Amino acid sequence: MNLSRKWLNEFVRIDAGDRDFAEAMTLSGSKVELTHDLGAEIAGVVVGRVVSMEKHPNSDHMWVCAVDVGREEPVQIVTGAWNVHAGDLVPVALHRSTLPGGKRIEKGKLRGVLSNGMLCSLRELGLDERDFPYAAITAAALLNDYHPIDPEKPSIPADIKPGDKIYGPVVAARVLNAGGADENGLYPCGVDAGSGAQSILTPCQNIHEGDMVAFNTKTGSVCTLADLRAEQREFPHCIEDGIFILREEGIAPGDDIKPVINADDRVVEFEITPNRPDCLSVIGLAREAAATFDKPLTLHTPTVRGGGPGVLAELLKVETPDPDLCPRYTARMVRNVKIAPSPKWMRERLRSMGVRPINNIVDITNYVMLEYGQPMHAFDYRYVKGGKIIVRRAKEGEELTTLDGNVRKLNANHLVIADDTRAVGLAGIMGGLNSEIVADTADVVFESANFDGTCIRRGALALGMRTEASAKFEKGLDVMNTLPAVDRACELVELLGAGEVLDGVIDIQNRIPEPWHMELEPEKINALLGTDVSEDEMVRILRKLDFQVDGRRVTVPSFRGDVRRMADLAEEVARFHGYNNIPTTLMRGQTTRGGYNREQKLENKLGELARQCGYDEIITYSFISPTAYDKIGWAADAPRRQSFKILNPLGEDTSIMRTTTLPSMLEILARNWSARNRDVKLYELGRVYLPDPGGELAVEDRVLTLGAYGDGMDFYTLKGAVEAILKGIRAENVEFEPVPSNPSYHPGRCAQVRAGGRLIGVLGQIHPAVAKNYGVDGEIYCAELDFGQLLQSQGADPVYRPLPRYPSVTRDLALVAPHAVTVGQIEKCIKAAGGKYLRDVALFDIYEGPGVPEGTRSTAYSLVMRSDEGTLTDDHAEETVANILAALKKELGAVLR
Amino acid sequence: MREQLAKIREEALARLSAVAGGAQLEELRVRYLGKKGELTAVLKQMGALPAGERPEMGKLANEVRAAIEEKLAEAKTRIEAGALEQKLRAEAVDVTVPGKSVKTGHRHPMYIALDEMKEIFIGMGFTVVDGPEIELAELNFDRLNAGEGHPSRDWSDTFYFDRDGRVMLRSQTSPMQVRAMDSLPLPIRMVAPGRVYRKDEVDATHSPMFHQVEGMVIDKGVTMADLKGTLNTVVKSLYGEDTQTRFRPHHFPFTEPSCEMDVQCHKCGGAGCPTCKGEGWIELLGAGMIHPHVLEMAGIDPEVWSGWAFGFGLERLAMRRFKIDDLRLIFENDVRFLEQF
Repeated sequence: MNLSRKWLNEFVRIDAGDRDFAEAMTLSGSKVELTHDLGAEIAGVVVGRVVSMEKHPNSDHMWVCAVDVGREEPVQIVTGAWNVHAGDLVPVALHRSTLPGGKRIEKGKLRGVLSNGMLCSLRELGLDERDFPYAAITAAALLNDYHPIDPEKPSIPADIKPGDKIYGPVVAARVLNAGGADENGLYPCGVDAGSGAQSILTPCQNIHEGDMVAFNTKTGSVCTLADLRAEQREFPHCIEDGIFILREEGIAPGDDIKPVINADDRVVEFEITPNRPDCLSVIGLAREAAATFDKPLTLHTPTVRGGGPGVLAELLKVETPDPDLCPRYTARMVRNVKIAPSPKWMRERLRSMGVRPINNIVDITNYVMLEYGQPMHAFDYRYVKGGKIIVRRAKEGEELTTLDGNVRKLNANHLVIADDTRAVGLAGIMGGLNSEIVADTADVVFESANFDGTCIRRGALALGMRTEASAKFEKGLDVMNTLPAVDRACELVELLGAGEVLDGVIDIQNRIPEPWHMELEPEKINALLGTDVSEDEMVRILRKLDFQVDGRRVTVPSFRGDVRRMADLAEEVARFHGYNNIPTTLMRGQTTRGGYNREQKLENKLGELARQCGYDEIITYSFISPTAYDKIGWAADAPRRQSFKILNPLGEDTSIMRTTTLPSMLEILARNWSARNRDVKLYELGRVYLPDPGGELAVEDRVLTLGAYGDGMDFYTLKGAVEAILKGIRAENVEFEPVPSNPSYHPGRCAQVRAGGRLIGVLGQIHPAVAKNYGVDGEIYCAELDFGQLLQSQGADPVYRPLPRYPSVTRDLALVAPHAVTVGQIEKCIKAAGGKYLRDVALFDIYEGPGVPEGTRSTAYSLVMRSDEGTLTDDHAEETVANILAALKKELGAVLR
Repeated sequence: MREQLAKIREEALARLSAVAGGAQLEELRVRYLGKKGELTAVLKQMGALPAGERPEMGKLANEVRAAIEEKLAEAKTRIEAGALEQKLRAEAVDVTVPGKSVKTGHRHPMYIALDEMKEIFIGMGFTVVDGPEIELAELNFDRLNAGEGHPSRDWSDTFYFDRDGRVMLRSQTSPMQVRAMDSLPLPIRMVAPGRVYRKDEVDATHSPMFHQVEGMVIDKGVTMADLKGTLNTVVKSLYGEDTQTRFRPHHFPFTEPSCEMDVQCHKCGGAGCPTCKGEGWIELLGAGMIHPHVLEMAGIDPEVWSGWAFGFGLERLAMRRFKIDDLRLIFENDVRFLEQF
């Protein structure tokens, strides 16, 4: 919501500077986003009067002007615009001035002639014709500026003379003399159309003595480009952005231009929270400002003289067949309307708030919407067939062309304003093109209604056309505001002399809320806030906000639907007592014990362990593309493909909730790979989302995912990290088994890991085909460990065991076993046969090749044996080794090498 | 003989003082003290002495031996020290050669920020709780005063899993307030960090998935002054003791009164600069006193219990903490980014 400080001052006089105003309003709850100084970019621009002008000696289209800018001597300024005449008042950008867009004006020579500044056009001041309709440029097609599109075949001969026929009644004419504009903005000039001098008045501003023009002998007027149906490029200098010829009252050479064009206003941009639709209006913000600065608020009650011809009740009927969607419908009628531009003050107000002026009737509806916060609509009465307005749901498939020219296909969720035969507007969103106010509109219906917010919001959303009106309605407006707003519109019609207002009002009241009463409970308010605000102060604050307080009975104003109970009143008190005046205290009360639970501790521990192993933490999106399951090689009927599907995803790539973290990890590895990052190790403790057969929500399991590639990375380094993590959480009985059939992994380099029999997860090299799907042509290694199983497998806290008192004996064994026998099997066998003296088994070599029989391989182990009762004897050691060797031979066919 | 001994002594001591190497030293030891050494040779002559002179000569000989032995030991120590010194000199390394790398992993910056935050709250007696991301709209919206028709429920803003809009990706961590009220015994002090989802396209400041931290206190006699005091303490712990804060009114459906908390701009110190859009303050979090209706819906009597709650975006906190200027970096996980923290 934008607020003009000038407009605000009509209701409450506040002199605070920009920053103080913004800060005070923000702290009382109306957050200021920005303050725009409308004239911030304009400096050094003044009103000037053109004293005289001469043709530029070195140019065929430039003029050298002497301009009175309120100094002793006129200044010399060169201009290229053709619409300036001696005597005109114009904006002058003097030497070292600045214009919107950061343009700087310096004095300088234009084709050898000194120019001490620039005469400005509307656009150069950041304005256009709608801000100053009188300054619209009407340009004659100057024949001396004619540039034929095809130089071989000009439509107008270069040597054309006055009186030569161009087409029909249009002939060439020479301008004998030309002067400044009269009070009507018309330019008197003398022309010779071949039959001698004649005096005419023309709206064309670009005519000067000696010019050759096209003259319509039938109408006695000078032809414009449009009259000739010519293209602009044929008359390149005619339609130039003309100089802004000022026709304001009471201005004199030397005056600052800013007040003249309303560039001395400041516009404050507020962020209004959705609970305060009343602040989407000048009056609403004025009320807040008055309360904030403790200044009196001057509100105005509109009065309408009325007396227009006819009886409203006979001319217009309103029906509301869906009363729940239209709590109130208020309308008045104006006849004998004269469509014209609205006065400057109104245009300035609209413009400062970012609304384009259009014509008096439309401008009035916008003005009232800004001032009162009540969206208004004006219909051309002649297009309301049958004199009847029906507020109804649209029919399925019904079409309406809205004011923006788009055809809208509607359904029963949309509310339309219709006459007997068709829709003429989309209620609360936008009017229909078929009942638009046009130049010859004579009778107008002003609608000031209250529509159901949710219905308007959904309708606007479905059509993708959120408008200023719908944005207001959707927040739920004050039902009591429709009548003052329509009266204000009619009052403005009378003020502007724009038409005759009929007596009476149509006012259908379907749902008028009862005034809301509640009790002021100062003790409870202070108890909630932790303050000590007196009851008197509370009453004072509430009254400033138009709450009625009678003893302890509070009546909430109709526009404050957000205030319903004690906490709401507490907020009002707090806002104006000042949030920053509430003390800061530390909580008392029963102390609670904070901290991490066992799961959270394990989460932290797992992260620590992964980082100790050199893995960096990543955060990935929980949603993935359905094609991700293909990319990781899952079968089309893999049950794990059953995923939560987002019905309205941002895109296909983020449309399902992952049931595996592997694609997320692979994507990040691939991204690092393509960024040529070497040696990457990553981990994430992230969730997967599995459908829960027993409930609506997901089973959100967590997975510790490791992913790595680069120097020194192989199956065993990954396995080492997994082992370190499991050791770190003191998991016991850790076993690895080959997994030849996981489609995401290399069939010969993939294992599943168990701890105490529980399946913890899978680890290995990613299948080269899968890696390739992610654009990686090197080896990638991943592990996926289930957090829940890790939690189950977490070992008990360690209990101290005494250090060995007797020395240990070490024996190394070099074994030869069939190739199919795994190290895991051998180790298991050794441990099983090792008896009570075997303390540790460590593999230290694997060899196959010359010296070892074909089909076998050699493995070497270091065995540590020890007794707790005394120094181990050689006999016991030899006996242990013998037992081990016997078992190895018997069970695995492994023998000493 | 006396002269002989004196000569041996003098000569031996002089040579031992000058000796430089271990081999030479051993040579001298053998020469003077060995079985065929000079001193032994002299002592062998003892028998030829008159008996009366023997004790005196014996004593003298022993003194000479002791002196030589002492000198020998001294020379040995000296030589060993020299040798060690030489060895160490030879072993000197170029200390500017890079150390052998021990690569440890890095915590993600966002979790560093979260860890700091959690520690602060745990220190104040808060528990950390966790809940589902696929959530019921009832908990995400209805129980938080955002009933049917509330704009945040629009399909353009929130991700849904069913046509009726019952099951959704939580759009805020606030449903954890409701879950805590439903499951924890009163009084409650909890924080709930987690992932949340909104239908925003990815850019430098938006992401369809991001993280929030929710916090809530419910107790008897809890006031807005407590809210201010606690949050001030937290912010000062995070940003330093002299951090200036301010509270300003705001609106959330599930708190009343509601507020937003700003911290004074770290760039300009409150004077106004582009970072703070000229305001001098930067918005940090939203908070408020729990709406009485929210308490009532959880079966908690607002006449007896009151509470406050807050929520803020973790990414923004981490970005501020580490001066990260683009949200996308957080989720791109480039190791050149990750390993800076």
